[in-house]
Amino acid sequence: MTFDLINDLYVFMLAGFIGFEVIRRVSPLLHTPLMSLTNALDAIAVVGAIVIAGEAKTTFSTVLGTIAIVAAMSNVVGGFLITDRMLRMFKATKTKKS
Amino acid sequence: MSPIATQYIIEVCYLVATALFILSLKWLSAPSTARRGVLAGEVGMVLAIGGTLLHHGIIEYQWILLALVLGSIIGIPLGLVQMTAVPQRTALSHACGALCVTLVGTAEFYLRSPDVPKFMMAVLCLEVILGSLTITGSLMASGKLQEILPQRPITYRGQNLVNLSLLAIAIVLAVFLILNPGHKALFPLIVFIPLVFGVMMIVPIGGADMPTVISLLNSYAGLSAAAMGFVLDSKLLIIAGALDGSSGFILSVIMSKAMNRSFTNVLFGAFGQVQTSAAAGKEERTVRSATAEEAAGILAAANSVVIVPGYGMAVAQAQHKVRELFDTLTKKGIDVKFGIHPVAGRMPGHMNVLLAEADIPYDRLFDMDSINPELPQTDVALIIGANDVTNPAARTDQSSPIFGMPILDVDKARTVMVIKRSMNPGFAGIDNPLYYFDKTLMLFGDAKSFVGDIVRELTGGGH
Repeated sequence: MTFDLINDLYVFMLAGFIGFEVIRRVSPLLHTPLMSLTNALDAIAVVGAIVIAGEAKTTFSTVLGTIAIVAAMSNVVGGFLITDRMLRMFKATKTKKS
Repeated sequence: MSPIATQYIIEVCYLVATALFILSLKWLSAPSTARRGVLAGEVGMVLAIGGTLLHHGIIEYQWILLALVLGSIIGIPLGLVQMTAVPQRTALSHACGALCVTLVGTAEFYLRSPDVPKFMMAVLCLEVILGSLTITGSLMASGKLQEILPQRPITYRGQNLVNLSLLAIAIVLAVFLILNPGHKALFPLIVFIPLVFGVMMIVPIGGADMPTVISLLNSYAGLSAAAMGFVLDSKLLIIAGALDGSSGFILSVIMSKAMNRSFTNVLFGAFGQVQTSAAAGKEERTVRSATAEEAAGILAAANSVVIVPGYGMAVAQAQHKVRELFDTLTKKGIDVKFGIHPVAGRMPGHMNVLLAEADIPYDRLFDMDSINPELPQTDVALIIGANDVTNPAARTDQSSPIFGMPILDVDKARTVMVIKRSMNPGFAGIDNPLYYFDKTLMLFGDAKSFVGDIVRELTGGGH
């Protein structure tokens, strides 16, 4: 695997700008769901853990990778679950009854 | 399938997942599309994990599958916590995310050492340092929010010096490792010292500063994941980490602005210790108090009411009673709005979630900037469990420790009613001149039962 530093820095910079622009527009109403959702998305680190655990190069790396998958996966499931629960609670005013 | 074809499939999965992650956050910007955002995130996550399982380097699947299942099982109760417990749950999940990143970083180092290029070693150190301090920092924050640990700030002489020295030692070690990546024995210190630093960092921070701290830790968790993306040359990870990092950063900026404080002040200031009796020497002043019956009469005569909830309302579990009050007043044709300060609650946006849980429509919840211009035309401002965020001294009294903090201008409403247990000042120990105004009525009592009494008076009155 080549270590493509400059490319990666460009990607990081652009993603940072996108993050700022997209997240600036999130209503303060939804800041808590925002944080739990970004947490779940951040748990994408699980893909790195899967490769480490699966390559099984040393016992040490397999053990660390396995624990890392458990930690990240709990964030994936818990994060999406609670975000959706919170968002289901946000309801607009019901239309006036006659 | 040839390895190259598999590689392409994986890359396409990652590409689509990245796009879905960005869309997910974009859709989260409004309540009407927000749930679609969660779905997009979930699909992206499934694609990314599915694609990764095809990776040609993976030779053993049993541990991966076991861990995936186990993690999912642990995740379910974490997704079902009470809404009041969301801040500590969020802090805990920052710790889990950071744990994953730190463990992977550690494994990567021992697999690659001594053959680690300098830049890679630098991002690896950054990943592990940020990850470790986020693990213990978040656990501490979670413990304080859960009230397992004391909420009040703990300070001692030379605290900042100790903390900064710890961080400095970790950085010096990191630099040494970057230059000599073969010194495997030093690596555990790069993990251990930031773990200690994470604890020490949160010890002096009080409960009321948690919104800023959680956001900051969120940002660290994101940045450490992005650093991991650099180590693994994974653009998906870099992007997800950058999104999370910028989200946490934006939220911490909003939170510290809302408290009129800088990051350094939050991290090194130990609020609650800094100011000494600013209100000392003031003579006894009288307050006007009222009963639930009188309060109900005033509310019934109003055309517009703004309710200002604070964390005290959530502590008293009064949100469902507040919903009843909202329903009763709305039925009488009174315009009821909620004015929500950015730091109401224990994490950004927490109060909105608590009110939404009590079935209060979100289009009645207004943030500080949109409610303040309306307050001068408001008949009654009803404050429930909030204190410092309504303190007019923040606008007028230069000697006040909270001078300059943006507040809800409830003092401009025609009548102000404050539900409060007693005259004890808030967390910062600052006297609130609002309580001594002629137009202010103090409603002494427990928020839940007092609001319940008002509702009973309003419905039992038979108008």
